[in-house]
Amino acid sequence: MKKWLDPLSTAWVGVATHKLRSFLTILGIVIGVAAVITLMSIGKGAEARIISNIESMGSDLITIRPGSFTFGGVRSAAGGAATLTMEDAAAISERVPNVAAVAPSYSSSLQVVIGGQNTNSQVTGVTPEYMPVNNLELAEGAFFSEYDYQRGAKVAVLGAGVKETLFGDTSAVGQQMRMGTIIVRVIGVLDSKGGIMGSPDDTILIPLTAMQQTVAQPRTAQGERVVSSIALSVSDEQQSDLVVAEITSLLRTRHQLGPSDDDDFRIMSMEEIASTLSEAIGTMTLLLGAIAAISLLVGGIGVMNIMLVSVLERTREIGIRKALGAREHDIWIQFLIEAAFLTLAGGIIGVIVGWAVSYLVSSMGVMTTVVSADIVILAVSVSVGIGLFFGFYPAWNASRLNPIEALRSE
Amino acid sequence: MIQLQNITKVYPMGKRELTVLRGVNLNIEKGELVAIMGPSGSGKSTMLNLIGCLDKPTSGSYHLEGKEVSRLGSGELAGIRANKIGFVFQTFNLLPRLSALANVELGMRYAGGVDRARALEALERVGLSARANHRPTEMSGGEMQRVAIARALVKSPPLILADEPTGNLDSRSGEEIISILTSLHAAQGITLLMITHDASIAHHCQRIIHVMDGQVVGEERT
Repeated sequence: MKKWLDPLSTAWVGVATHKLRSFLTILGIVIGVAAVITLMSIGKGAEARIISNIESMGSDLITIRPGSFTFGGVRSAAGGAATLTMEDAAAISERVPNVAAVAPSYSSSLQVVIGGQNTNSQVTGVTPEYMPVNNLELAEGAFFSEYDYQRGAKVAVLGAGVKETLFGDTSAVGQQMRMGTIIVRVIGVLDSKGGIMGSPDDTILIPLTAMQQTVAQPRTAQGERVVSSIALSVSDEQQSDLVVAEITSLLRTRHQLGPSDDDDFRIMSMEEIASTLSEAIGTMTLLLGAIAAISLLVGGIGVMNIMLVSVLERTREIGIRKALGAREHDIWIQFLIEAAFLTLAGGIIGVIVGWAVSYLVSSMGVMTTVVSADIVILAVSVSVGIGLFFGFYPAWNASRLNPIEALRSE
Repeated sequence: MIQLQNITKVYPMGKRELTVLRGVNLNIEKGELVAIMGPSGSGKSTMLNLIGCLDKPTSGSYHLEGKEVSRLGSGELAGIRANKIGFVFQTFNLLPRLSALANVELGMRYAGGVDRARALEALERVGLSARANHRPTEMSGGEMQRVAIARALVKSPPLILADEPTGNLDSRSGEEIISILTSLHAAQGITLLMITHDASIAHHCQRIIHVMDGQVVGEERT
């Protein structure tokens, strides 16, 4: 037998002779590791899902919304100001480099009548660029063309959610609906994005030129046509920050803001949103993991407790080993390995349990989970570390026993 | 082989001190078969523990194979126990969870490494090769003591120390154990020291040392 194998087999005998006790000893470690793995996998899953959602919206997307305005010391909610205009969008398109396409849109809540049904829906007037800028796909039909836009064609493209609400399972394309004072024909339905924050799922898209026929688009004091938001895509993601900076200075000039004035608009790039969100989730995940790690610590104390009892119980064995020539470090290493062996087993079982639980969670569709290799490696090595740390004192105790007294003990 | 000069051993007992050995002088040559006799509390076990490097004397000198060992550290003493000394105890001191073979292998564990073939050979020499995979709990006292002897001799130590090896056995098993020990001594020239209360067993030895009140009070040669 290899020399280094001896302590391992000794440790195995030590663990195997007290199966129930060994199992109860490592239960704390099992639960701790399983909790860490499960919680971390749920956190990672949420993060991955949000990032994929954002990527589906286009990571090259930048959205400009009106900011709050201050009137007589009263500050309105963000987005309450009517500061963004069609002319702003045109100026961005013309003057800011690295901008692929600009899509201003104007939203309003309108009465939509289909047959006898009467619902209130969000209707968004958009330009043909809206679709590529927002990275949208069609489930059926077509989007309106530049020609449709120019002539103010009364056509509509439905978000997946709206289509579901208004038409259910029946086909929507070709159907007519009344919207304010105009009658529009559905020409397309969008793929569901399942996205977050102003998802196009819940809106009806019509050409902005058609929208103007039923809703009076407000104008600013300068006579520019107000829009609800401007979406744009950058041609080079690396230049995202530069584009944001240039748009900021352009809009500040156009809106005639003095150096001490706040911006009256807000620019959000998807990249920025993604990093903010994943950072927040990461912090959350870490917090959950830390709470779970406390149970690992408690489990470690349990291991120490049992190891102390085990040393006491096996005093005679230690005496025999010493009489046979075991040095202090032989005994010390034997008990240390036994403790590490226990917690390693606990860690491995914990990983399996945690994996199973997170698999269950995702297969039941509660949440997506991602078990990452680094967490598994971390959890297992931490559990071995706990064994070494909490086994240190009991093992040291064992190694220091006087052989004669140890032999005399019962 | 063994030279004890003016060895004393004092145990602190709370505030008082308990003197167990009061100046022991003893010479044992290589290959001798020696019995140590004496009443309970005479210090003979303490003497054997000192000779076996399980303990250190309070004063005096102890030369084992010509080397002064009474001032060595615990690690070096463990090394001497591992390589030079085999113990046989009154209570056998086998590990109950291990098989006879594994118990014998334990005798080699701290003396350079386990060698299964040699362990089996040692079991054969005490006539137990058929029971190699039995646990001590399934064995009689005599058999357990034979396993213990196999464990002591498996590393071929120059010195075997036996503390009342027949003390827990019936007289027939005791006779068996003594005949195994004496024949090992005869065949291999091992130096063998044994504590016993039984005069008939002591008379198997070449030399009997009488201990009383922590001193060697006399000896006889048979």
